[in-house]
Amino acid sequence: MATSVGGLYGEKAGGPMLDFSYVGIDAILEQMRRKAMKQGFELNIMVVGQSGLGKSTLMNTLFKSKVSRKSVLATAQEKIPKTVEIKSISHDIEEKGVRMKLTVIDTPGFGDQINNENCWQPIMKFINDQYEAYLQEEININRKKRIPDSRVHCCIYFIPPTGHCLRPLDVEFMRRLSKVVNIVPVIAKADTLTLEERDFFKKKIREELRANGIDVYPQKEFDEDAEDRMINEKIREMIPFAVVGSDQEYQVNGRRLLGRKTKWGTIEVENIAHCEFAYLRDLLIRTHMQNIKDITSSIHYEMYRVRRLNENNTMVAHANGIPEHHLTAHEM
Amino acid sequence: MASSDVARQPDKGVRSLSLAGHVGFDSLPDQLVNKSICQGFCFNILCIGETGIGKSTLMDTLFNTNFENFESSHFEPQVKLRAQTYDLQESNVRLRLTVVNTVGFGDQMNKQESYQPVVDYIDRQFESYLQEELKIKRSLHNYHDSRVHACLYFISPSGHSLKSLDLVTMKKLDSKVNIIPVIAKADTISKSELHKFKIKIMSELVSNGVQIYQFPLDDETVAKVNTTMNGHLPFAVVGSTEEVAVGNKMVKARQYPWGVVQVENENHCDFVKLREMLICVNMEDLREQTHTRHYELYRRCKLEELGFKDTDSECKPVSLQQTYEAKRQEFLVELQKREDEMRQMFVQRVKDKEAELKEAERELQSRFEQLKRLHAEEKAALEEKKRLLDDDQSSFGKRKAAAQLLQAQSLTANGKKDKDRKNSGFM
Repeated sequence: MATSVGGLYGEKAGGPMLDFSYVGIDAILEQMRRKAMKQGFELNIMVVGQSGLGKSTLMNTLFKSKVSRKSVLATAQEKIPKTVEIKSISHDIEEKGVRMKLTVIDTPGFGDQINNENCWQPIMKFINDQYEAYLQEEININRKKRIPDSRVHCCIYFIPPTGHCLRPLDVEFMRRLSKVVNIVPVIAKADTLTLEERDFFKKKIREELRANGIDVYPQKEFDEDAEDRMINEKIREMIPFAVVGSDQEYQVNGRRLLGRKTKWGTIEVENIAHCEFAYLRDLLIRTHMQNIKDITSSIHYEMYRVRRLNENNTMVAHANGIPEHHLTAHEM
Repeated sequence: MASSDVARQPDKGVRSLSLAGHVGFDSLPDQLVNKSICQGFCFNILCIGETGIGKSTLMDTLFNTNFENFESSHFEPQVKLRAQTYDLQESNVRLRLTVVNTVGFGDQMNKQESYQPVVDYIDRQFESYLQEELKIKRSLHNYHDSRVHACLYFISPSGHSLKSLDLVTMKKLDSKVNIIPVIAKADTISKSELHKFKIKIMSELVSNGVQIYQFPLDDETVAKVNTTMNGHLPFAVVGSTEEVAVGNKMVKARQYPWGVVQVENENHCDFVKLREMLICVNMEDLREQTHTRHYELYRRCKLEELGFKDTDSECKPVSLQQTYEAKRQEFLVELQKREDEMRQMFVQRVKDKEAELKEAERELQSRFEQLKRLHAEEKAALEEKKRLLDDDQSSFGKRKAAAQLLQAQSLTANGKKDKDRKNSGFM
């Protein structure tokens, strides 16, 4: 239990009244922490990108264990499916007493066909289905104590390292999906780009995102205060992160590190001079994970809910010939 | 929400993995706590007790501040509730505390309806949260949660047993709020009496089926201390904001000629236990119980009352939306019908009024005609009379003229005769 001897400041109308006896209000932080540890956390990450960009490897590197679907299933060589499929796999992981249920959602077949029009549709549908499931649970009369959260918290989009600019497929996908889910774009297999090429590529991508009005995570419009904005601006100047994934360890300078060994050197995955994997990991896991989940539940989900409830109203109203001015915006 | 331990049970397709290195998500609880610090916390306490039993003083003592309460009279006609909100801060934790006091509880001659305002208040807070939750555009994370998290019920230190008012009130409230009974002004009871009193109270509560709040035992860290505390219920408290010198320290205490009752001395009263349990150990659990048990129960009852069900008669899941829409159509149709009715009634009334007015107009018209006729008749009569009068006048005038003529004639005739005589006389 927290035993800091702070002062208790009561403020009402007049100025603060100092009273140096300990009440114990700050013990609630400890209580919250205990409750969170007991409940455990849930995280659902979706990876989207053409096959061969290293999505599974990156997931394994992020969570330092074989979390991707390919590692679980016996068939290492799978045929590329004819349409985009959505496959998810869940794991229980634990670190220092903190338990987490991690679900990795894979999208094989994305961008792999000759005609890729509308290949985002199955993905969009999946994301909306998760929102729908949550909504249905929420409006039940007899609700569960804790509604299972299967909503996609974060979607990592893999941009192939062409070095030039975004492709129409990338722009189209991100434009549509940034409205319903948090998108974190990354440049895959960044070890094929030199530092100058990488900077140029990133700048170009940022320009194109801006030109198309695509707001990726951390979104500008959801910055809460000046402090938030400062932190997020720094991140926004770095996206998309140029990442390299690896789940193999090599000896470098007497230490065992994750990396890729080539004839001309070993790329250390967690070295920020080599690639930006560490920034991605810090953003996603160590600093902004809660924020990502909050934005999903309080903004994306709420927007879905508003849309859904409104469209239900107008649909039924039209069917019954009730004029629209009878519907008010605030009723369910 | 208390876990149904989703992660622990081996779900289908969920396997446990061990990590090969430090990933970093052990900072998640810290991230969560940081977010809560930014948002601030909310806590609402309801104090029920008779006037003068020491509710305000206890609140002042508990939170170490002066809440600027004023004394109430004993002559309130009805029980009222007064809620006041304060912003407190300790180190980096901001707390928005709302203290709700009952005013006039137990003062009336007839106390049958005393519990009702309290129940209504609690329900109103649930209702406004439910309304917010059902809105289309809602902002739950900004919403100022006013639901009552803890209810301190102040028992009079009679030393014998609970009053029937106490039992009735607590029974009505136990499914709506977490009740923590306390024995007020505990410095009026001796230790042995207190022990017997506590046992009597707990057995009365149990035999009447009153569910008071039990400190939770499922978390190992606090299970032990909570079990001990559960055995000390109800807490016998003494409140005081005055400081008295004891030894070389100033402590909160009440000074009597026969001694000093120290509030924070565990041998003297259970104040420290109450503060520990209410604030330091179980505040979060109180909030959670309110949300997951009491609020859910209210919500369920309210929605079922309105006619919503999860499954209809064939046990197929009925969506809330459908039922709501059906009811809404019903309501709108009813509304339309009423509107039409009213319109018809209005039209009818207008017609009636019109007819009435026409009738009146006609009547007036006929009276006018009548009067006109009368007037014409009278005028004719008067004309007639005038004519007669004129005739009379003219005939009189004639006669008068004739008479004058005659007179004049006769005068001249006489004069002539005279003249003649005169003339004849001289011959």
